Amino acid sequence: MALILTVDDSASMRQMVSFTLKGAGYDVVEAEDGQKALDASKTRKFDLVVTDVNMPVMDGITFIKHLRTEANYKFTPILMLTTESSSDKKAEGKAAGATGWIVKPFNPDQLLAVVKKVLG
Amino acid sequence: MSIDMEQFHQVFFEESFEGLDIMETGLLNLDSGEADNEEINSIFRAAHSIKGGSGTFGFQNISDFTHIMETLLDEVRDGIRELTHEGINILLKSVDCLRMMMTATSEGGDVDEAEVKTNFEALQNILDSESAADTPSAKQDAATSESDQAPVGWKIKFAPHKNFMQFGNDPVRILRELGGLGDLKGQVDTSKVPDFDDFNPEDMHLSWDLMLTGNVSKSAIDDVFAWVEDESDISITPLSVVKEESAISSAEKKTASKKPVATAAAPAAAKTTEKKEKSTAASSSIRVGIDKIDDLINMVGELVITQSMLSLLGEDFNMTRLEKLQEGLIQLDRHTRELQESVMQIRMVPISFTFSRFPRMVRDLSEKLEKNIELVMYGENTELDKTVIEKIGDPLVHLVRNSIDHGIEMPEDRVAAGKPEKGTIQLNAFHRGGNIVIEITDDGKGIDKDIIFQKGIEKGLVDPGSKLSDQQIYDLLFNPGFSTAAEITDVSGRGVGMDVVKKNIMSLGGAIETHSVKGQGTIFSIRLPLTLAILDGQSVSVGDDNYIIPLVSIVESVRPKKEMLNMVAGKGETYKLRDEYLPIIRVRDLFKIPDAKADQLEEGLLVVVEADGKRFGVFVDDLLGQQQVVIKSLESNYKRIRGVSGATILGDGSVALILDIPSLIRMSD
Repeated sequence: MALILTVDDSASMRQMVSFTLKGAGYDVVEAEDGQKALDASKTRKFDLVVTDVNMPVMDGITFIKHLRTEANYKFTPILMLTTESSSDKKAEGKAAGATGWIVKPFNPDQLLAVVKKVLG
Repeated sequence: MSIDMEQFHQVFFEESFEGLDIMETGLLNLDSGEADNEEINSIFRAAHSIKGGSGTFGFQNISDFTHIMETLLDEVRDGIRELTHEGINILLKSVDCLRMMMTATSEGGDVDEAEVKTNFEALQNILDSESAADTPSAKQDAATSESDQAPVGWKIKFAPHKNFMQFGNDPVRILRELGGLGDLKGQVDTSKVPDFDDFNPEDMHLSWDLMLTGNVSKSAIDDVFAWVEDESDISITPLSVVKEESAISSAEKKTASKKPVATAAAPAAAKTTEKKEKSTAASSSIRVGIDKIDDLINMVGELVITQSMLSLLGEDFNMTRLEKLQEGLIQLDRHTRELQESVMQIRMVPISFTFSRFPRMVRDLSEKLEKNIELVMYGENTELDKTVIEKIGDPLVHLVRNSIDHGIEMPEDRVAAGKPEKGTIQLNAFHRGGNIVIEITDDGKGIDKDIIFQKGIEKGLVDPGSKLSDQQIYDLLFNPGFSTAAEITDVSGRGVGMDVVKKNIMSLGGAIETHSVKGQGTIFSIRLPLTLAILDGQSVSVGDDNYIIPLVSIVESVRPKKEMLNMVAGKGETYKLRDEYLPIIRVRDLFKIPDAKADQLEEGLLVVVEADGKRFGVFVDDLLGQQQVVIKSLESNYKRIRGVSGATILGDGSVALILDIPSLIRMSD
């Protein structure tokens, strides 16, 4: 089963994403900011990354930029979690190398639909 | 699959309340001009997280309210808007309002809708003022206004750019999704695939001409391409306007309408059933750093190793291996102690949890009283037991209020007294011995001993003729119903409280001391035990019983000499230790122990203890050992006994009473 990395500084969001994906049978690793996610990405190869944008230490955009330069993550799908108010963030995220986005607020079913779509 | 979102609520509320604290602190710093960009960012982030979470977890009212705060903060962050003092006030009130909404939602109360409305409108007013910047909601996607009627089908040209795959995209996903919308036919254009020598497998060289038939809306197709519109050329035209000839299905080689395979769905059912039992009562929880947990796990690992070593030794033991056994037991002792310390560490939280409310309080109160006060805090990372932290909050609030109200003078009075116009209140937390000391210092007018003494006489608390020490005079402040404020304000001064402050501190096993210099200021110094659950004790024996004396109150132990014993009128037995006469408390007399071994003073030992600034000698048969004991409440297991603060179970299974030194001293007074 696919291995997914979920990155969010909010524990409740992280737990929700993780619980939803685990419930669907995926293996999930959690990280609380971009830096920790980047560290985690070096220890294992994730099939999909779902990351928040606004985070302390290292924000989501910077994280995506760094991750894309890793040979292992050249083609890995990376999804951003954004809110509707930050439409310019979508463009910024795309430019950094994000595959797509999920707009907050979302429910578990919506999240799962997108993840399934991406992972095929 | 349906997921019970309620299981995440507790965590959401916890982090949101933390977020509100961050916002409050940040806004206060912003107000005092100390804020940098990171400060504004963190305020924004907190609002942003609360908004995202509340929307996701179904608290629409909180989400709507936070949205407007976030919009405002976003403008501040982008430098479009300056926050005025007034603006910060409104944001601070909005933080309060959010806290109220969150409390009502989490604990099931009523939301004060009027309050919400007032704050919402105040925020809206700031947003509406001057800035004619377009509201983001006006930026509706223009594309949606296009005729969204569904024709018989669509002709789609999809030409991904060379770097298409380097964004984690996969053309197969796009084709698969389109195939899911209707009947998809098409042709792949391979003409751009280079020769083998020039071929780079990481680049995209293919493009597609597709025909999608069926009742499909344009927006559904747009959705499929939403993520990739920047990395590909896409043209979508309704089939009806396309000439018949182009629709010749000359080459239907490529049929991409594979239905998505539902691989991920199967194992879902099994795991969702293990829904956690939800406790109805809001359980109090504690957030513990990963490092503390790691320490703990490490320690348990060590313990397991020692245990297996010992059990191996026990399987085949003879006296030649005694040394090994002792070594193992020493190790076991050390690891158990370390484990205990680690577990206690988990309950320890920094005092900043309590301190964090003061900047706001001082700001609001000094504004209300028109005083100019600066708050300085030290030692915010000093850690205390969670229970102690929770219970010390209110007494501290009361003392700080007192300092603001009664301590610090009005600016003009301060200038007249030759002091800086701005008063200072200092909160300081630090370790001293086995205790935590919290000091509340102000540079105000100090406590007037004469007024207090007079007031004490009026209230009938002291005899007019009696001579009191400074400390005794200050102690009058903590008497029920004592107030010296010439005029009672609604901030403090009703005389309710100082007695409660003292009672609360005493109930935590602590003490409060007052030092004041008239005209220069006052220091309230609170001494608290580090933890309530474990105590470093000295076990002593009297007769057949063992007692525990808390190590913190022991000054020294001496073998008494008969010639130093005196009988002082009115004070009973005293012992002359160096230049000091110590009253003697005989435990055997106090608890009427029949078979105490030491009758004559020189047969036993004198443990010199100190509490409330007084020294006493506690007379016991013998000193045993020092050990950490777990405190068990005597009250809940038996009944309250004067002079005893609790009990503990010793290594051999017997029960030892823990002596309550301050209360012993009061008993013998």
